[in-house]
Amino acid sequence: MSETLLKGGLVVGPKGTTAADVLIRDGEIADIGKDLRAGTVVDCTGALVGPGFVDVHVHLREPGQEWKEDIETGSRAAAAGGFTAVIAMPNTDPAIDSGALARYVIDRGSQVGLVDVMPAGAITLGREGTHLAHLDELWAAGVRLFSDDGDTVMDTGLLRMAMDYLADMGGIVAQHAEDRTLTRGAHMHEGVVSSRLGMRAMPALSEEGIIMRDLALVELTASRYHVQHVSTSGSVQLVADAKQRGLPVTAEVAPHHLAFDHREVERMDPAFKMYPPLRREEDVAAVREALRSGVIDLVGTDHAPHSLEEKDVPFEDAPRGVIGLETAAAVVNGLGLDPVDFFERMSVAPAKLAQFDRHGHWPETGRPANLVVFDPQAVWTPEHFASRSQNSPFRGRPLTGRVIATVHNGSLTFQTP
Amino acid sequence: MNSFLTIEGVSTDELSGLLDLADEFVDVLERPIPKVPALRGRTVAMLFFEPSTRTRMSFERAAKALSADTMSFSPSTSSLSKGESLKDTALTIKAMGADALVVRHKSTGAPWRIAEWTGLPVLNGGDGAHQHPTQALLDALTIRRHFGTLEGLRIAVVGDIRHSRVARSDVGAFTTLGASVTLVGPKTLLPVDLTGWPVEVAHSIDDVLDHDVVYLLRIQKERGGASVLPSLSEYVRRFGLTRERFDTLPERSVVMHPGPMNRGVEIAPEVADHSRSLVEPQVANGVAVRMAVLFRLLGGEATDV
Repeated sequence: MSETLLKGGLVVGPKGTTAADVLIRDGEIADIGKDLRAGTVVDCTGALVGPGFVDVHVHLREPGQEWKEDIETGSRAAAAGGFTAVIAMPNTDPAIDSGALARYVIDRGSQVGLVDVMPAGAITLGREGTHLAHLDELWAAGVRLFSDDGDTVMDTGLLRMAMDYLADMGGIVAQHAEDRTLTRGAHMHEGVVSSRLGMRAMPALSEEGIIMRDLALVELTASRYHVQHVSTSGSVQLVADAKQRGLPVTAEVAPHHLAFDHREVERMDPAFKMYPPLRREEDVAAVREALRSGVIDLVGTDHAPHSLEEKDVPFEDAPRGVIGLETAAAVVNGLGLDPVDFFERMSVAPAKLAQFDRHGHWPETGRPANLVVFDPQAVWTPEHFASRSQNSPFRGRPLTGRVIATVHNGSLTFQTP
Repeated sequence: MNSFLTIEGVSTDELSGLLDLADEFVDVLERPIPKVPALRGRTVAMLFFEPSTRTRMSFERAAKALSADTMSFSPSTSSLSKGESLKDTALTIKAMGADALVVRHKSTGAPWRIAEWTGLPVLNGGDGAHQHPTQALLDALTIRRHFGTLEGLRIAVVGDIRHSRVARSDVGAFTTLGASVTLVGPKTLLPVDLTGWPVEVAHSIDDVLDHDVVYLLRIQKERGGASVLPSLSEYVRRFGLTRERFDTLPERSVVMHPGPMNRGVEIAPEVADHSRSLVEPQVANGVAVRMAVLFRLLGGEATDV
């Protein structure tokens, strides 16, 4: 079988980095040591070699919106970003609310073969918020994370039922926290910028209010609960308090919320339109600090492709969402985490949440070879993306930290050209 | 000047210069033949994606008084209703030979995008609840012609500030020219965060009945202004300029309104028609300021005045 050698890098383990080569054979890590030899050599000088990144929050748009992205182009984008496994959100057309649909996504993912693809299951049928989805079928297909992402489960009684049901199985309720009664017609964060622009806007409370309610339900049901794309300092505080109380809660943050605040919207460029919206400077500081401290467990890109023509309109008329797979690692690298914490947030914690057994392990002989080679010093400027869509707020902005190579189940799925 | 999109960032000198030029055009408009050949051979296209009577006709009149040709577009009878994108519509009109575009659109920032796409000079004729810079110019010109200056004047802007591009533009122009501005409205009709706005805030019209100018705005039902009020009669009680309130104003105070007026709501009918209402001069001055802006954007190198 083919052999690949990751040569001359710094291998990241739970206690720090070690200079070593990593030999990959038959899909596994065959050896870690000095001066190893093999057929295909990847020069890893100056780069970190760690567990492949895992993203629990992407939109691959298949089935139904393949003009934006499909499982193949999305997998390529993921590999280019250093990811070896992703969770695809179920807000496709049709929504992933049954076992058959979940299996379709999983099978397409393995046919493409660049990353492991697992869908999140819809919590409610058709994501309509009125009846429970086929949670048992989804579970049987392998789904572990459930979300109506893009929408919030507003019906408290229904959400309680989903939590009770999933708590039994060990499934996780993931919430896109947005109180729709506070966000009607809104395009951005409510504050000084929206007031100047005269744009309809949503207050931070639209996110925090839902999290407050949900945490009370977690106490009632003992369900595992994951807060998607935390964007406000108030939300950070709620998550921190819940963890203090010992509730089974995790949280994610999206790279754009780590990088930008609502002043970016002043130029009214649709590349900066997403839900939750860019918040205040102090919110950016809070989510950064929370990711450093671990109050926010992990990074989820909320990779949301939209085609060129859909975004080439006035801000208010543009669909919400930005792509993120190919720039996430560089953005997080900018926070100055040590290598262990960096891989903890980008790989170990998300793999654990997603219950991806083959991912998120510190490199060790005998483990499945799902790895990334990441150069934290490389400076580059993203111009063109492997994703079918190009709606990135980082386009044309210099970033520090670049994926050199990605290894998925022992195969090189990406190498920097 | 390349495009005229916002009043924000326009300096006192630039504003005064535009008003001086507009003053000259007021004189032109009073001539027996109210027309100059300044923009002969130039074409100004009107892209009004939102309903408008006065702004659109005012721009047309201004362009024609400068001898420019005009083209018009109306969304209901255009290819927009066949699914054409805003970008393609703008590029199509550019390809027909427009030299400048006047754009009104319900979406904030649309005129900026059209300026990017076409590379043409764009005049913002109103975008969402954001900016309406020629309205600010005509209001400033009207006040300056009436009082001689804006320096030291106290101006109250009353009503639906939150949904008003007129208010956002007027605050900038008035304060840049030295006036002080008080915004008056219920909390639901004021912008949520006024940090950085050089204004005072009052919550009843009775607090500003000593001001030099009482500038009234209509409730913008189409932008959701009506849904943030319990009832119109409550609004009239707290914020309407009734005859009784008008009578307590000092002799020198005047009343303004950008139109369209809802008589009997924000303004009593007899107040609207009073000799101290500047509503008609506002409309007349609108043509002159739009001539000034068009002349600045398109004039100069091509022809003499």
